[in-house]
Amino acid sequence: MLNVSGLAVARGGVCVLSGVGFTLAPGQALILRGPNGVGKTTLLRTLAGLQPPLAGSVACGEDVIAYAGHADGVKPTLTVTENLTFWAQVFGGGGIGAAMAAFDLDGLADRAAQNLSAGQKRRLGLARMMVTGRPLWMFDEPTVSLDAASVGLFETAVRVHLAGGGAAIMATHIDLGLTDARVLDLSPFRPQPGGVRTGNAPTGDEAFL
Amino acid sequence: MIALLRRDMAVATRAGGGFGLGLAFFLVVVVLVPLSVGPDTAVLSRIAPGILWLGALLACLLSLDRIFALDFEDGSLDLLATAPLPLEGAVAVKAFAHWLTTGLPLTLMAPVLGVLLNLPVPGYRWLLASLLLGTSALSVIGAFGAALTVGLRRGGLLLSLLVLPLYVPTLIFGAEVARRGAEGMPVATPLALLAGISLGCAALMPFAAAAALRVNLR
Repeated sequence: MLNVSGLAVARGGVCVLSGVGFTLAPGQALILRGPNGVGKTTLLRTLAGLQPPLAGSVACGEDVIAYAGHADGVKPTLTVTENLTFWAQVFGGGGIGAAMAAFDLDGLADRAAQNLSAGQKRRLGLARMMVTGRPLWMFDEPTVSLDAASVGLFETAVRVHLAGGGAAIMATHIDLGLTDARVLDLSPFRPQPGGVRTGNAPTGDEAFL
Repeated sequence: MIALLRRDMAVATRAGGGFGLGLAFFLVVVVLVPLSVGPDTAVLSRIAPGILWLGALLACLLSLDRIFALDFEDGSLDLLATAPLPLEGAVAVKAFAHWLTTGLPLTLMAPVLGVLLNLPVPGYRWLLASLLLGTSALSVIGAFGAALTVGLRRGGLLLSLLVLPLYVPTLIFGAEVARRGAEGMPVATPLALLAGISLGCAALMPFAAAAALRVNLR
């Protein structure tokens, strides 16, 4: 489903990871680990196609990836239902009932998102992944501000997704109950000091704008 | 696309969406002009088309940074960029939603405010027509400016400086249509040029804005 080889990514014009390579088949989950600043977010954004890689290749089908970043993409003045319905329509997915139920949002359906707690908002953000209908889910710190019960809901949703032939990549620090997930520690992929520097291509654009 | 349009309209018209800001600004400008210029109706009639156009343009400028900044802050822009909707289409829809919530209300309000400035009777038709055409150009050009400055904190000043020179042709021809209409002169030439500017901007600016967004999302 996803085939990454020799990938190097940069943040702010500085190469943070190089030589990253892995493959992901349907039904598999990959957990990215590493200390703060190692480049987990940058790697995920590159895989999602939000920024170009410095080197290497990401082989992945069209419209396969659903990405969930640090921010939930929730509009404060819209209700929970409206927020979720919007994303379902944008991704051309189906109904939102299953996602609402999976993340225990039914009781909050008509609440404006600005009145939700941080954890409830995060649950709404995670429920969005279910309505995208895409097979490969990418999470960046999905469990931030979730309580133990909500982490359980998240685990269950991911497990169901994997059982249905999906795949998931997540950057996280806590131990999820996904025992058969592979763990990729990103620390060894840090470039050596004075080693790889960025080319001119990405910084040239930034200087121009 | 329709979902995006509906969402943007809903966000703009609910509390804190900034829907009334441009209208209130337009009202304030037009109400204050007679007080500062004096009550001479002949002078007011002569400057009315220009003042109405300038007021509408500045009111439009006020809400530009909301086109992308809010979506950038709450992460929606990242998600839209990875959605099946092409980014160019998303930009065009968002600019259209901006026009529906800013340009169109300003256009509809302008004839009412024209009374305050003693706009000559034949001018109302052409004021409406020129604003209807021109404000759409203001929205798409503004979307491009907003896309360029989306990652910047407090990018409003830079946005205004970037967009103002791009607004000049629209203002010149738009105000010219309204002025000629008010004085009963033929308006075909400036109207055609204004329509050309609007159509050209609507066709090209979404591509430029989407390219700028892609760079800013990195």
